[in-house]
Amino acid sequence: MAITSPASPRRFGRRSPLATAALLIVGLLATGGAYALATSTATAETTTTHSAEMIEEGGKLFAANCASCHGVLADGTAAGPSLIGVGALAVDFQVGTGRMPMAASGPQAEVKPVQFDQEQIDQMGAWVASLAPGPALPAERYIAGDGDVANGAELFRINCAMCHNVAGAGGALTEGKYAPGLANIDPVHVYGAMVTGPQNMPVFSDMNLTPEEKNDIISYLRYVDENPSVGGFDLGSLGPVSEGLFIWIFGLGALVAVTVWLTAKSN
Amino acid sequence: MTTTTQQPTAAATQAAPGRGMRFTGWAANYIDERTSASTAVKTLGRKIFPDHWSFMLGEVALYSFIVILISGTFLTFFFDPSMTEVEYEGSYVPLQGIPMSVAYHTALDISFEVRGGLLMRQVHHWAALLFVASIALHMLRVFFTGAFRKPRELNWVIGFLLFVMAMALGFTGYSLPDDMLSGNGLRIIDGMIKAVPVVGAWISFLLFGDEFPGTQIIQRLYILHIMLLPAITIALIGVHMLLLIVNKHTQFAAPGRTNDNVVGAPVMPTFAAKAGGFFFIVFGTIVLIASLFTINPIWNYGPYDPSPVSAGTQPDWYIGFADGALRLMPPNLDWVIFGYTLPMGVLIPTVVLVLFLAAIAVYPFLEAWVTGDKREHHIAERPRNAPVRTGIGAAAIVFYCGMWAAASSDLIATHFRLTLEGVIHALQFVTVVGPFIAFWITKRVCLALQRKDREMALHGFETGRIVRLPGGEYIEVHEQLDDYERWKLVAHDEYQPLMIRPDANGRITARQRVRAGLSRWFFEDRVAPVTQRELEEQKH
Repeated sequence: MAITSPASPRRFGRRSPLATAALLIVGLLATGGAYALATSTATAETTTTHSAEMIEEGGKLFAANCASCHGVLADGTAAGPSLIGVGALAVDFQVGTGRMPMAASGPQAEVKPVQFDQEQIDQMGAWVASLAPGPALPAERYIAGDGDVANGAELFRINCAMCHNVAGAGGALTEGKYAPGLANIDPVHVYGAMVTGPQNMPVFSDMNLTPEEKNDIISYLRYVDENPSVGGFDLGSLGPVSEGLFIWIFGLGALVAVTVWLTAKSN
Repeated sequence: MTTTTQQPTAAATQAAPGRGMRFTGWAANYIDERTSASTAVKTLGRKIFPDHWSFMLGEVALYSFIVILISGTFLTFFFDPSMTEVEYEGSYVPLQGIPMSVAYHTALDISFEVRGGLLMRQVHHWAALLFVASIALHMLRVFFTGAFRKPRELNWVIGFLLFVMAMALGFTGYSLPDDMLSGNGLRIIDGMIKAVPVVGAWISFLLFGDEFPGTQIIQRLYILHIMLLPAITIALIGVHMLLLIVNKHTQFAAPGRTNDNVVGAPVMPTFAAKAGGFFFIVFGTIVLIASLFTINPIWNYGPYDPSPVSAGTQPDWYIGFADGALRLMPPNLDWVIFGYTLPMGVLIPTVVLVLFLAAIAVYPFLEAWVTGDKREHHIAERPRNAPVRTGIGAAAIVFYCGMWAAASSDLIATHFRLTLEGVIHALQFVTVVGPFIAFWITKRVCLALQRKDREMALHGFETGRIVRLPGGEYIEVHEQLDDYERWKLVAHDEYQPLMIRPDANGRITARQRVRAGLSRWFFEDRVAPVTQRELEEQKH
């Protein structure tokens, strides 16, 4: 058989010297492509396209309201950090909760009445997002709050409770900073906080908590909001401190009043 | 026994009693002939309780303890202290499918599945907080009125042991649900035990049966909590009450009230009715609080897992001072000796707390030694008339409360918008320097009040009526107190510092010098009580 000659396979077909390189290229392309595909499906972001008009309006708002601290080009000054790459989600969280623009410098930006309407916030977000890619607003299904409450509660205890308290009542941090209470927070802001890690909060990336897990946490917080404590008034969910103060002031206080009444002399 | 033989004859001379009375008489006689109960009833029934609101604080403690016993018994029907791991299948959604210990599962079942279970749990826990709080207030009353003096020193020690028992009962109970909060509390105790040099790790393994948390601790704490500690507590309460009867009750000075009598209402029938009613008021107050206010929502905390710790993790209030002491210690205090670490940040607070509690226990003996006062005291002293003791008490309160507040340093920081470090530094100051300031201020206030009393007793009170004399002089008219009011201001004793006296060998020992020094410190600033002669002179 002519095909079985020893010389020909060395130069042609699968025995060619180029075959190894070709195989390597195919393999790399396949894994790389698959990975890209996998990661792109895993990101929770909506594929939003911002119109040029929106970006332009956002730029104007930014120049008027934010540039004094963050710089005209949003590249940061001594008074405020660079916003290049923070994405529209960070803008939505910071401005949408009233933290930005800050009223005054302090240990951390305070929540206060929101200064802009949602359209303006979106415009500023579009402008910031146009500077460099960054986290965008999540898809509706990741902030729906219809996930696994039990899993969310477990994740919350492991990842969030050490600062925010198991019941989401908030807690102290160092140097006058604090983790705020989490009652009745808009789910998109909860999501935004986890993704962008505002102020002292660490970033919980999609590798750390998947978007579905973030939705579970949002579901747990929603459950806590919608189901008041079964035991009665919760005294701020602050644990034994408020309970101790309550029993001393109201419990023992009431009973001491009774003892005074019982031993009062009838005049 | 004579009274029992007389009773039938006395009854016979009267009109023939009804059938009900005859039965009661017969039953009482039957029991008395076999138990001599009438002696006890006579003694108890004639025990006199003086009327003063502060004398009823111990009763609050007793009644809340009864509520604890009743509600605790209910809880034992449904609680299983096993640490076997199971999956939660109850009705609380955020925990469904979560692995947890049987103990936590049954504690959740009591809260969500057992009818009335949550109310009982809350009654039990609120009553426990009230129990320790009322003991603390009762102790303060006894301390500040000097009611621990002879012959009541032993009852003070028993009361102190009851306070310690209450804390131990509270802590073991707090740990039973095996939720994250209680587990963190146990972890702190484990840390304190392990900080003990040489034997710490051994004790920890002995207690937990394994490396923390092990699978034994809940069962062990349960036995302590429902059997051993309550048994000791009940026995101590029995002795406490017995000594209360033997020693009789103290009373505040007033006309007709002397060191040798007790003026008040007898147990039968007046006081028994009052106290019985008061029991139901205490019970009702606890149930009202328990039905309206959540306590220890264990479902929020989740099952114990050694890795997470929640913000705002605190012990119940009565352990707070220990937690606060740990929080107040400055960092970087560890001593490393031959490769072994002595965690002084944990050891120092532990030693300080033990010494503090020991000082409370032995205070009556210390004071008796310093004052050299061996007389019996049945008149409750007004706090102002013992300025140094009152000052010591105020200092102890500030010391305790500084540590107590430190246990909630994080909540103080968030709720008053302060820095956590600032709160800690301020409380370090309060705990270390505060007691001295409190002592000095309190002593001065007491002395000033004594002077005011003296002034009032001698010159009467200011009426605010200004009179112009014919010569043009203005005077304010003072009105004399009536005898009843004045008695309260002049009834206290005068004390003087002990003198140094040489012993049989003619020598003055160092012990003598210390004692005399302390005695001088105790009594050197004093306002002499008004004497009879001064009063007589004033009248003319």
